[in-house]
Amino acid sequence: MCGICGCDAGEARIDGNPSPEAAHPPLIRSRTTPASHDHGHGHGHGHGHDHIHGHSHDHHHRDGHGHALQSPGIVPDTGREHLVAIERGILSKNDGFAAANRARFAEQGMLALNFVSSPGAGKTSLLVATIEGLKKELPIAVIEGDQETENDAERIRATGVPAVQINTGRGCHLDAHMVGHALDSLPVERGSLLLIENVGNLVCPASFDLGEAHKVAILSVTEGEDKPIKYPDMFAAARVLVISKIDLLPYLRFDLERALDYARRVNPTIEVVRLSTETGEGMPAWLEMLRRQARAARAGLPGGAGAGREERGDGLAAMDHRRRAAAI
Amino acid sequence: MHELSIATSLVELACDHARQHEGRRVTKVMIRIGVLQHVARSLYFCFDNVARGTACEGAVLEIEEVGLTVECPACRAVKAPSGLYNFRCPDCGVPTPQVVTGRELQLVSIALAPDAASDRPALGRAGDEPIYARSTS
Ligand SMILES: Nc1nc2c(ncn2[C@@H]2O[C@H](COP(=O)(O)OP(=O)(O)OP(=O)(O)O)[C@@H](O)[C@H]2O)c(=O)[nH]1
Ligand SMILES: [Mg+2]
Ligand SMILES: [Zn+2]
Repeated sequence: MCGICGCDAGEARIDGNPSPEAAHPPLIRSRTTPASHDHGHGHGHGHGHDHIHGHSHDHHHRDGHGHALQSPGIVPDTGREHLVAIERGILSKNDGFAAANRARFAEQGMLALNFVSSPGAGKTSLLVATIEGLKKELPIAVIEGDQETENDAERIRATGVPAVQINTGRGCHLDAHMVGHALDSLPVERGSLLLIENVGNLVCPASFDLGEAHKVAILSVTEGEDKPIKYPDMFAAARVLVISKIDLLPYLRFDLERALDYARRVNPTIEVVRLSTETGEGMPAWLEMLRRQARAARAGLPGGAGAGREERGDGLAAMDHRRRAAAI
Repeated sequence: MHELSIATSLVELACDHARQHEGRRVTKVMIRIGVLQHVARSLYFCFDNVARGTACEGAVLEIEEVGLTVECPACRAVKAPSGLYNFRCPDCGVPTPQVVTGRELQLVSIALAPDAASDRPALGRAGDEPIYARSTS
């Protein structure tokens, strides 16, 4: 059973197995240990639990305990309806799990990226091309999210990199809790690059923080320029925008400048990379960006940037050195 | 499907709070949702479905929808853009990526039934056997 959580990930399956909490009674376990609610979201963020006295009858009590999930100390108060002010994000539980994942990534010096796009924009193709470009320099692991099938994880495993497939069933996005469990079954090395492919969907994944360093939104040139303003939340939530399948531009009436203008309207600081995994155009700049970000993530580890890699003595670390020297 | 996951999180959160109050039945759930969350009316339906067999079963869902406002860096004022997909100041045309309201997704409050045992013994009170099993539906 899942020892850390009191929440339900529905029918999500990890590598075909029901996720651990599928064994829980659905939604809420009726009697959880109070401590089990504590992980993830920190308490003391002041969501008051005072009773609002909206009606004229007089309650005299105020059980103004400062956080939601401690023992209630309820004053028996029969015959009255109670209004309880909560004022919390509906997804605050997810945010708690995301914070736990983020702490884990930081501790391991990992760079975790959350790839989001509409279905078929080229997420898996980009992951495969990225792995081929970086696997000799960096340990890489992948979490694949799809409603059904292991197809994408199999495409990744064919590159020799470990991948866990999460099938979300009816769920249209990954959540931080699923990712936490997937991490448990991934052999992740310190300083590694974790690529998370979200379910193809431009709406829901925007709201669910997984604990990633940032989101990479992929917009393929076959989708039309206006996606960034039709799905502004997704493009506002991403730090990097990949314009994919640029080899197809000659065959389309896709106005790239217009697409970028729309993207910058919702996110003026978004970094843009244009590439094709088919021709390889734009890939060097993309890989260089990842190297830089992965180095920054590793810099937090004892021993500094790239510590673990230099022990491999396979010449790749030396390459990394040269690249760094060249970059300075 | 977005609505389903929001409903699931919502019911979970509301039940957590209800449990702090002797497992009382929740009669009303009030939430605030910004237009940018693109939540459809099917949230009502999803909520009823997900709530079945929980302390929220039968609760009324009240949604307060919050409109889009943005901060115009040129006018230094909060404005309501002319359309949902038009992140520009309606007055001066400058891009306005800074959203002030419209992204809300908050559980505002819940109303609880007078007492735990009220008219729904199946939901029990603290100390009873499991009450949230889906099989009760
Ligand atoms: N021409 C061209 N086709 C591409 C490129 N990248 C991907 N494709 C094609 O686009 C289709 C979808 O690619 P995937 O990588 O599976 O897309 P995805 O985003 O992972 O799809 P889902 O996981 O199903 O959402 C495949 O047929 C790819 O061959 C590209 O750069 N150029
Ligand atoms: Mg894919
Ligand atoms: Zn203005």
